[in-house]
Amino acid sequence: MVKNEPLLRADGVGKEFFGVTALSNVDFELLAGEIHALVGENGAGKSTLIKILTGAYRRDRGRVCLDGVAVDPADVKDAQALGIGTVYQEVNLLPNLTVAENLFLGREPKRFGLTDRREANRRSREILDQYGLDIDVAALLGTYSVAVRQIVAIARAVDISGKVLILDEPTASLDAAEVSRLFAILQSLKGRGLGVVFITHFFDQVYRIADRVTILRNGHKVATRPLAGLDRLELVSLMLGRELKAEEEQRAEPPDLATKPVVASFKGLSKRGRIAPFDLEMRAGEVVGVAGLLGAGRTESAELMFGIHQPDHGTIEVDGKPASFSSPRDAISRGFGFCPEDRKQDGIIDDLSVRENIILALQARRGWAKPLSRKEQEAIADRYIAALDIRTSDREKPIKFLSGGNQQKVILARWLATDPRLLILDEPTRGIDVGAHAEIIRLIGELRERGMSLLVISSELEEIVAYATRVRVLADRRHVGELPAGEITADAIMRAIAASENHGAGEAAGQAAAGTRESVA
Amino acid sequence: MTGPGLSTFRRILPQLVALVVILALNTAIAPGFLDIAYANGRLYGSLIDILNRGAPVALLAIGMTLVIATRGIDLSVGAVMAIAGAVAAALITSDHSLAVTVLATLGVGILCGLWNGALVAFLGIQPIIATLILMVAGRGIAQLVTEGVILTFNDPGLIFIGSGSLASVPFPVILWVFLGIVVSLLFRSTALGLLVEAIGINRRASSLAGIGTSALLLAVYAASGLCAAVAGIVAAADIRGADANNAGLWLELDAILAVVVGGNSLMGGRFSIAGSLIGAMIIQSVNTGILLAGFPPEFNLVIKAAIIVVILVVQSPASHTLFAYFKHRPGRAPDAAPATPPARETGKEAAR
Repeated sequence: MVKNEPLLRADGVGKEFFGVTALSNVDFELLAGEIHALVGENGAGKSTLIKILTGAYRRDRGRVCLDGVAVDPADVKDAQALGIGTVYQEVNLLPNLTVAENLFLGREPKRFGLTDRREANRRSREILDQYGLDIDVAALLGTYSVAVRQIVAIARAVDISGKVLILDEPTASLDAAEVSRLFAILQSLKGRGLGVVFITHFFDQVYRIADRVTILRNGHKVATRPLAGLDRLELVSLMLGRELKAEEEQRAEPPDLATKPVVASFKGLSKRGRIAPFDLEMRAGEVVGVAGLLGAGRTESAELMFGIHQPDHGTIEVDGKPASFSSPRDAISRGFGFCPEDRKQDGIIDDLSVRENIILALQARRGWAKPLSRKEQEAIADRYIAALDIRTSDREKPIKFLSGGNQQKVILARWLATDPRLLILDEPTRGIDVGAHAEIIRLIGELRERGMSLLVISSELEEIVAYATRVRVLADRRHVGELPAGEITADAIMRAIAASENHGAGEAAGQAAAGTRESVA
Repeated sequence: MTGPGLSTFRRILPQLVALVVILALNTAIAPGFLDIAYANGRLYGSLIDILNRGAPVALLAIGMTLVIATRGIDLSVGAVMAIAGAVAAALITSDHSLAVTVLATLGVGILCGLWNGALVAFLGIQPIIATLILMVAGRGIAQLVTEGVILTFNDPGLIFIGSGSLASVPFPVILWVFLGIVVSLLFRSTALGLLVEAIGINRRASSLAGIGTSALLLAVYAASGLCAAVAGIVAAADIRGADANNAGLWLELDAILAVVVGGNSLMGGRFSIAGSLIGAMIIQSVNTGILLAGFPPEFNLVIKAAIIVVILVVQSPASHTLFAYFKHRPGRAPDAAPATPPARETGKEAAR
């Protein structure tokens, strides 16, 4: 079934944005009747590559051939006309139009110069029949589930383009049954000789549906491999860019946990579509590292623990007493702190000064009626500027003028000023320079020794090894394992991530969530 | 205290300069402009007139400043003025005491504000739409209260609020200066000012830092409703009657203008109530100046618009950026512009 002559072929494709290389010399090959997975962490260049293939970006270098003919799509419409269609994760259709209108948007069947609605509806039914979808095509698209919209989007893309179908994380918001249905459709498209490029973070799905996989990392192509015979551990190590190597020394000495009081315990926390139920007990004086691939549910877990989202199920206890967080404010009042991953969006208040950013959480906890005096504010700000070595010419400087690493230290200072007992750090070292990086890692160790309980989410395995006293491993929105002190090595973490992928974990989260839904009903 | 005091002065300096320039222009047009006379126990003169006539917009601008600081906007204040005037007139004509009338009217203003605040804070409706609802419905409510007629009243106490004077200063002037000082002190001597600025700049991050963003938004819209109610009482007392159709008509736009002329950004964040009050006086000075100049009335709005545009352009930091942009534009490659959106994309990707 798989032909040997490539349907779509990219040679040495490169793209720069203002001198920053987003994609460098990438080769890519898609056969007719092949489902080809494209994987890589964020920033690896996946979306840049597909945007070049679909005409959303113009490439700077390289050649793209379709059916052996060099093509250079000027825009998305051009690419569609050539035969390359795309379906994005956030379905790019209009929910306020009918299914038929969406299918024929921009190419409506005409009769006497007017849209022939009846013809459009008839042809829409025909098209959707091929996908086993029997729905009212005259109803608004918005009345159908995301899964149905996804199928309509695929049907539209295939109907317009019909050679190459690019799917950007199509399964991110689907449950297990919906994923199976989507995969059945992909199989039938494959049978019809289409080439499908499939981007996902779920390894299990890669193995279930794809014939070959191309791994990108930091804008480079790492490898293209047939999935048959590719072992999961190898795939993980290709993605993360680490060779399997000898054990590394774990640097944080394991604390005697039994003697440490439990600060907070989380039992059976879950939220449908975000994270399957998990238990976690946080003790004073420990650093729990949270490892997992992107989309594994790391941030989602932290958000439930900090009251940013409310769990569907589960209980929270602080100091042995039940607690429930309807907002971060509640969690903060119990001594929690949270440094978010997206510093710019969720952390800094960019027009406010360094001083104001530092005292903000403390002031919010005291309430508006009990202002910190200017003197107290300055004292607190100066103390943390010195303690964390925040490089700023002036404590009154707006925080937006500081470098990323210094902004991160200010956010840390904001929480340290509240003297938290449980501090959650989500990717604390992302996007900061090497010096600040080392300082933050050292600081995490210091805080632990002072008896703080820390939960640190990180994609840098070496980093987790350096400070964690135990490691939670997440995959496919489930907590799949824990490495106790003494067993923490980067390889062990990778093995745990890879091993968990063998269980068909992708569906487990969905099924667990579906199960809870039934028990509610 | 000198540090922050000095920075506040520096912050409102451009507005003060604009006000002085407008006043100087007015003096050039009408030589007696700066004269102030004392008669019948109160002060008279064009300057006093500006302070007095500008009272409703100044009162509205106080609340509007707070709302705009949270990155919101309150289009309903003109309609709330009409409601407040109608409620005050209805209560006083049905023989309620002055105290009951004023307190109940202020209460209605706060309720209107809470309605707006609830739509914004809890339902997440965009402020411009949320307050548009009351802007449209408010005049209808006011008409229901007045039963479609202009409700006149003769209560001397209520009339005093609009046209009386205290220590020879018109009472509306005392009201807006007093309210301006009280609100400024309330927000600057507590942490309210900082918290409001924080949610205006980044609501999500503020909420993650533990600020009760919903409660603050409610409070800010309630404050705006309260200010509008005060302005509504002043406007009704001034004409001794409640006109549901015309009281406060389009004043929400003057109030927004006063806040912007006062140097506050519609993007929220840093705010200065003093700046907004000066902005209100600038607008009133322009109005008075146009009248004094004796232009045909049909020119008034156009001239006013032109003056406002000049003020805004000159004081905006964006104008400097704009000048810089035009300076550098000839050197830029023509294809530089289409390259910008992809650059944003990579920025996002790198940030993740």
